[in-house]
Amino acid sequence: MPVVMDADRISRALVRIAHEVVERNRGVENLAIIGVRSRGVPLARRIAAALKSISGDDVPVGALDITLYRDDLMRQTVGPQPLVRRTEIPFSLDDRVIVLVDDVLFTGRTTRAALDALVDFGRPRAIQLVVLVDRGHRELPIKADYVGKNIPTSRRESVHVRLSETDGTDEVSVESEA
Amino acid sequence: MDAPGTEVALPATALRGKDLLGIAELAPEEILLILDTAEAMKEISQRQIKKVPALRGRTVVNLFFEPSTRTRTSFEIAEKRLSADTLGVAVASSSVVKGETLVDTARNIEAMGPSMIVLRHASSGAPHLLSRICKSPIINAGDGLHEHPTQALLDAFTIRERKGRIAGLKVAIVGDLLHSRVLRSNVLLLTKLGADVWVCGPPTLIPMGLAAMGVTTTTSVDAAVEGADVVMMLRIQLERMEGGFFPSLREYFRVFGMTDARLRRAKPDVIVMHPGPINRGVEISSEVADGPYSVILDQVANGVAARMAVLYLLAGGGAHDEVVA
Amino acid sequence: MMKWLLKGGRVVDPVNGIDGAYDVLVRDGVIAKVGRDLPVSLAEGGQVIALSPAFVVCPGFIDMHVHLREPGQEHKETVATGVASAVAGGFTAVACMPNTAPVNDNAGVTELILKKAADANLARVYPIGAVSRGQKGESLADIAELKAAGCVAITDDGHPVSTALLARRAMEYASMFGMPLIEHCEDPSLKGDGVAHEGPMAASLGLKGIPGIAEAITASRDILVAEMVGGHVHVAHMSAWTTLEAVRQGKSRGVKVTCEVAPHHFTLTDAMLQAPVPYDTNTKMNPPLREAKDRDAMLEGIRDGSVDVIATDHAPHHADEKNVEFDRAPFGIVGLETAIPIAMETLVHGGVIGLPRLVELMSVNPARIINVPGGSLTEGQPADITILAPEQSVTIDRTQLVSKSKNTPYHGATFRGAAAATFVGGRLVFVNAASGLALTAEAR
Repeated sequence: MPVVMDADRISRALVRIAHEVVERNRGVENLAIIGVRSRGVPLARRIAAALKSISGDDVPVGALDITLYRDDLMRQTVGPQPLVRRTEIPFSLDDRVIVLVDDVLFTGRTTRAALDALVDFGRPRAIQLVVLVDRGHRELPIKADYVGKNIPTSRRESVHVRLSETDGTDEVSVESEA
Repeated sequence: MDAPGTEVALPATALRGKDLLGIAELAPEEILLILDTAEAMKEISQRQIKKVPALRGRTVVNLFFEPSTRTRTSFEIAEKRLSADTLGVAVASSSVVKGETLVDTARNIEAMGPSMIVLRHASSGAPHLLSRICKSPIINAGDGLHEHPTQALLDAFTIRERKGRIAGLKVAIVGDLLHSRVLRSNVLLLTKLGADVWVCGPPTLIPMGLAAMGVTTTTSVDAAVEGADVVMMLRIQLERMEGGFFPSLREYFRVFGMTDARLRRAKPDVIVMHPGPINRGVEISSEVADGPYSVILDQVANGVAARMAVLYLLAGGGAHDEVVA
Repeated sequence: MMKWLLKGGRVVDPVNGIDGAYDVLVRDGVIAKVGRDLPVSLAEGGQVIALSPAFVVCPGFIDMHVHLREPGQEHKETVATGVASAVAGGFTAVACMPNTAPVNDNAGVTELILKKAADANLARVYPIGAVSRGQKGESLADIAELKAAGCVAITDDGHPVSTALLARRAMEYASMFGMPLIEHCEDPSLKGDGVAHEGPMAASLGLKGIPGIAEAITASRDILVAEMVGGHVHVAHMSAWTTLEAVRQGKSRGVKVTCEVAPHHFTLTDAMLQAPVPYDTNTKMNPPLREAKDRDAMLEGIRDGSVDVIATDHAPHHADEKNVEFDRAPFGIVGLETAIPIAMETLVHGGVIGLPRLVELMSVNPARIINVPGGSLTEGQPADITILAPEQSVTIDRTQLVSKSKNTPYHGATFRGAAAATFVGGRLVFVNAASGLALTAEAR
């Protein structure tokens, strides 16, 4: 189980991304961060904290559950439904730049669902995508604006992101499916 | 004494049955799953665009054999917010007496390949009959004097939203206990989640053997309301007076009607609930219905969320799914 | 006429004080001889049935509460299918209720039923006439005419006799013909539109209740009336412990009151409404399945002798009529073909009563109450004989029922005890192939 990012690498990647966000948007004004449930949310909070220490300003943070927008939701004929969790976006999206945060970018389908969901909340000026890991194998024309680490993988492998908030430890590992 | 309640279980990850026939069939963990899902659903109703694509391509048939503006509207809104196609079939009970049986009606509808059937029917057990002949999931929207599970779910959701919990709360339910499906579903749900449930009404409107359902039965409103966290009023129908269950509406209000004075015996943060439609001056005074403790309109809003949760969770169970290209 | 020698079984004939290894010779349609070790030569020209001692030979069972549905509801049952069901269930005779369409309140209907019964030529059929014209509860039917046409009792079954006054007049009037009033005991105001026993089960299922005392009140009324006028009231399909108490008190005062219990009321309770199949309309009957206290009281009444008769209240309904909402379904279940298995399993193997008492309940007493032949193996009596296979295990399969209707809550249930063969008037009208009963070659 090769660990490809440890706590230190993850932390440095997020700080770097925060700097890139500030640079690209010339500050944090009119910015909001939305994490995709579940591990995108703690990542979003960490980036917001980094932005605060860089800029001194609070950036609003939201949590987005994309379950109801999944394109595979009703494709299985019979089976239990995936759990739906609460979406919490306590601010308006209109005319804001939304920084969407997810842990792993793979096929792009989750991001597609997230984009569809965000549009239902309002009309952002722009949406930018942050991922901790880009592992390739895109199935949709989607590209991240900020990447913590590009990790070339085979389709048979799986990437596991563990975060202290949800899993008690910070690490990214690549595991090959048996 | 009320001990601070702890939840009796952790939420399940899925519903076990294909149908929602009643609260009786649900385990506490399944109830919690529905309530948690309803929380997510409630947020959807607060968005600019109150619609998610979850049930796109699904057809939900609302089969209503009893007139019901409120429940039917609530289901329809819930279905539309989940992007389901909805089809309302209102069948006058009289035409059923004359012609087609429920079984035949259901078989015809099922032949059209619906994803789910929401059934309201005047006969207790009608959804159970339907579930035996239909492959589609059946959602009970009220059957006779038996159950009205989505009402109990929205009530529990409302209580939990206000009180943060259900276990350990004293809930007083006052009114026509004999003819109320809302009562049965609420008693089942609230006792499953550990509430202390008191039921109160005239002895003529208390079914024999109700105490066997794990509730405290009383004819004293004051005793029922004393220290209550939740006061739930049930509708009194005019025909019950005509049936001789009590002498007059005036006398009913005098003995059982909920007034500010009576409500003072409850906890200071009591909430007052009513499944609607309310009869002002019969079971509840206007001052209570419109007063600061009333959460009656919250119940209506939460009804949509609770029904969305049920529709979503059962949508995975049907064998009659339309082909998705 | 055929000769039969039933050889080697256990003969149970309480009227003649017989219970043991006897042989029975049937000749010319009557019981010719009952004795020990009858020589096979007696059956010369006839057949010998060699029975193992496990088989029980009894006077023919009589079901005094059956709905044959003809005329008018032949889609549920006809006289022909009903008597075929009866003999398959081990009954040699049935008494049929008058709530047909039209009602059996005149000789024309009675004669029609008897004609159909003669055509079918299986079990004997004893029509029961209506108390009131059209069973409307207003004026008395022509009871003398009914008696002359062949009716053996009167009842407004399906409904109670409407008033105490009409019950009084009926008992007074019928007493001159020695006919009992069979009462469907039910106070209509307490029954209301109830569909299930009033109690915790109905409360939790949201079904409107029928309290046990709805039955006891009408039974008590009629017992008081019978006491005053010296009439005979027979309480049909008793189900509630309070009714049994009323009957016991009446009997202790010397009132001519008798009563019957249906197999479902001494075996099942209203728990069946919920499981295994919730709201199964085959658990809907009137009177309804009641609580364990009532069911246990029925068993105790059977044990202590307070109950006179086991009668099935065989009430066939078409599957379509039952495949509806519970409160819209008709009341009733079929009973002729399940009665012996249920009674043998529950009462005899269950240790409630012995076989002689079962024969009293299902043969001796019904014959006595409706005053018809049978109930004994007395020499010279018509050879109506039921042979039981007490140890045979049977699983009820509704698709295999002979009755035209299949509405039974016992589908899939297994019981120990069955009818092995049925003789009516010396004719073998039913043999249960699975019983092991062997028809041997002709005697020489």
